[in-house]
This record gives sequence, structure tokens and C-alpha cells, in this order.
Amino acid sequence: MKKSHLLKASLVMLSIILTGCSSLGVEPWERDLLAKDEMALSSAPLDAALDDHIYFSKEASSGGRSFGGGGCGCN
Amino acid sequence: MQLKQSTQLKSLLTTATCALLGSTTTQANELENWQFDTALMVYSEVDRVSAAEAIIAGERTYDNDQVLNLKLTLDALTGASANGAVAQPHVQTFTRPSGKGQYQADANTTPLDDTFKDTRVQLTGQWTQPLSDGYTWSVGGNFSKEFDYMSLSGNTNIAKDFNKKNTTVSAGIALAFDQIKPKGGIPDPLTPMIISDLISGYDDEGEDDDDGINPSSIASSDNKTTVDLLFGVTQVINRRMLVQMNYSFSQVDGYMTDPYKILSVLDINGISQEYRYEKRPDSRQKHAFYLQTKYHFEHSIIDASYRFMTDDWGINSHTVDLRYRIMLAGDHYIEPHLRFYKQAAADFYQPFLNQGTALPEFASADYRIGEMDTYTLGIKYGMPMKSGQKLAFRVEYYNQAPKNAGFTQPGVLAEQQIYESIDAIIAQVSYSF
Repeated sequence: MKKSHLLKASLVMLSIILTGCSSLGVEPWERDLLAKDEMALSSAPLDAALDDHIYFSKEASSGGRSFGGGGCGCN
Repeated sequence: MQLKQSTQLKSLLTTATCALLGSTTTQANELENWQFDTALMVYSEVDRVSAAEAIIAGERTYDNDQVLNLKLTLDALTGASANGAVAQPHVQTFTRPSGKGQYQADANTTPLDDTFKDTRVQLTGQWTQPLSDGYTWSVGGNFSKEFDYMSLSGNTNIAKDFNKKNTTVSAGIALAFDQIKPKGGIPDPLTPMIISDLISGYDDEGEDDDDGINPSSIASSDNKTTVDLLFGVTQVINRRMLVQMNYSFSQVDGYMTDPYKILSVLDINGISQEYRYEKRPDSRQKHAFYLQTKYHFEHSIIDASYRFMTDDWGINSHTVDLRYRIMLAGDHYIEPHLRFYKQAAADFYQPFLNQGTALPEFASADYRIGEMDTYTLGIKYGMPMKSGQKLAFRVEYYNQAPKNAGFTQPGVLAEQQIYESIDAIIAQVSYSF
């Protein structure tokens, strides 16, 4: 039940995004702010890698942002 | 002085990397093509685990926008880790993982295995290149080794840009093979921990260096395999804002039990009678939905993300992460960070077993798969150096608050704290050149 709701919600969101895409966005000359390093989705990859390692070891969740990781039998 | 040292370091790293890659390009040209990021982090829990982790990552961009990323991670871990048993009004004695020697937990304290010690080396490589028609392809690998653990993985990813590069759709797959070779071997799950002075003689040195075989061991090692799928859409909303949505699926098969964790078996008065090794299912399916947005204000950037994860172990979790970067004069910045996390307990989580009742198929008292809330509060300060290098400092406080998922504590256990909160400090220095 819960999973089918989730699936429906994500499909609806995906279709909104895909249909709305053509009217969203900027022209190439309007990318002054988006082109900055600090506007990259992963602007501090080493911080993210260190954080992922901590939370992967200390909590029961992983993945989402990137591949789930592994390579650690850490406590 | 600063500049000279940095150039020398970059030159040294470039030479080393080129030698490894067998490149013959002249060094002067090569220097300009490499960007190095380094970080040193210390993680320290009050009275428990401490870890130090160092990363050095190099990125080489080629003329036709091909990018090579190489990363080396080293970490060292030491300290005490909760073994899963509950606190008791008396001193408790446990067998060390090697089967040789014992350790004790004081009355009214959470039992901690203080022999926990490990070092890890990890190597990661990733190659990314544009293809025709707005496609970008990437392939990579990862190798990681620690004393009792080895992991090998590979991944590939394809992305396509649409709509003047305002929309990017991507799909990726990663396969991993992990092998665990625990100290003392793989204990027979759900069997009692054998505690006998006859095996060992008492050892209170706080070390467990002996490569003994635990009498409860049934094998020396075990494996697991992981298949990860990742699908994503990134959309530029306007000049100031972009959004990313990801769905990831993960299928893990094999040994996922923690060989070092046990459960207390309690009588009706809450007194511990014995300890049994935990057992987790050998299959786990995870789904994660991730949403991230970044918005550029006049002098600041907000980075907000939310993740919902659900799996067939019954664990549902919510993660909210907020970073707010405030730009100061001269390209300095300050970035407060807030993270909230909430998880439900795995179906087979239970803080202890009851004597006289049938053993469940699976059981674990590891608080990390129990009901829990955590939060992180941090701040980062970054500054540019004279000739393009960047320096940043980060300090964070992390709190874990395990919760009672509805278990009644019998007899004397009612007086004991079995959901102990854990505090940790994270400190990090980063330098890019």
C-alpha cells in the first residue's frame, strides 16, 4: 500500500518535471550564477565523501544522492 | 613561501600520478591540467570510537573535456563500540572476538568492546567523457581494504542533456563484491557466546591481537554482493535555481550480520543469563528517493536536500540536510550546516532476547538498526589563498538518540539506561591547489 503510493507520487512528480522542462531553464548567456563552482550540486565532494562514510557507519541508511557505497565493515 | 610549497607539492603529486599512469607528457604542461583536493578529518565520540581520515583527490582534465578522477583515502579507527548487550546491575564478562581472552563491563554501564581497532585504504578511479548528441559517459572502480574487510566495485553511468542543457537525465549501475574476514572467524549465529576461563585465561590488556579462532566460529570468512541502480533528473529552474531528483535501488545479497554483535538473554527478572550472536537476513532491498535544490541569493547560496529511504527490513528513514553559504568580502565564506535524520527500527531489531521463548529467525540488538533520531550542527569557514589555492575548516557536533521502539524492560532492566545517547565531534581541514 505504502509502496504503491510512493510509486504514484514519484511518477506524478517525474511527469510534472518532464512536461514542465521545456518552459523552465535559462539561455546560455544567463548561466553566470549557475556556472560558479559553489552552485554545483556536489560543490564539496570530499566533505560529502567523509559525511557519507560517517553516516553510512552510524545509521541504517545510504544512497540517494549517489551510489550507496560500501567497502567498510565499520562500527 | 606558501606558493612555493604548494607548487612543489603539486609538482610532486603530478609526477607521481603521471609515473603511475605511464604518461610521458612534460611536467610543466601537466601541472596546469591537474587540480588536487585534500582533506583531513577527525571524528571522535565521547568514550567510544575515534577515527582519523585523510583524502587526497586529483582531477585531470583533457583537451576534449574528458576528465580523470583519482582518489586515495586512508583511515584509522580505534576505541570502544557497543557490543549489543544491555547494561546490568552487576559486572559482566564477555569473550573477545578472537576467542582468546575476555573483557568486562562495569555494573550499570552499556557494555563496550574496547578492542576495536582498524585501518583502511581505499582507491577510487573515475573516467568521464562527453559523447555525441549531448551524452556523457562515465566509468569507474573502487577498491578498499581493511584488516577484516575487503570491497571491490565498479560502476558506469550515462547522462543526456536536453533543452539547452537545462535538463539532464542520467542512469547508472554499480556492482560491488565485499568480503568480511572477522577476527576469530564467523560466529555461529544465535548460538551462545562461550565464556570460559579454560579457553583463554583472563586477559585485561585491552588488546586483541591474537589471531585465535573463536570456539563459536563456523567459517573464517563470508561475502556479500551489491547491485545499485541510480536514476536522476537535474533541472535548471531559472538563473538562480536548480533542482535534482534521484531514485536509487539497491539489492544486497550475502552476509550482512555484524559478527561482533551479540544480544543479552534475560530471565523474567531482567537478569542476563547468557549472550547470543546476532543474525540478520542475507538479503536486503533498499529504495531511496532524493530531492536536492540550490538557490543563489544575492550574497548567499542555500543548499537543501531531503531523502526518504525504505527497505524490506522495515527500516524507513527521513534525512533533511541544509547548508547556507554566506559570501563574505574577499571570497571568504561561512557556511552553517544542519542535518536531521530519523529512522524506524528493523523488523528483527530487539534490544534483548527473553529466556524460555523460542529463538526468532533473525535478531539484532545493534542500536544502529533500531529506532533512532540524530542531528548534526556544524559550521564551515573557507578562504582563498594567494594564488588560487583554497583553505577551509569545518567543525560539527553530531548527536545520536536511540529510542525505545515499544519494548518493555523486565525487572532490574527497568532501572537501566539501554538507549544511551551518543555525542561526537567532527573536525576537518580541507586544502585545494
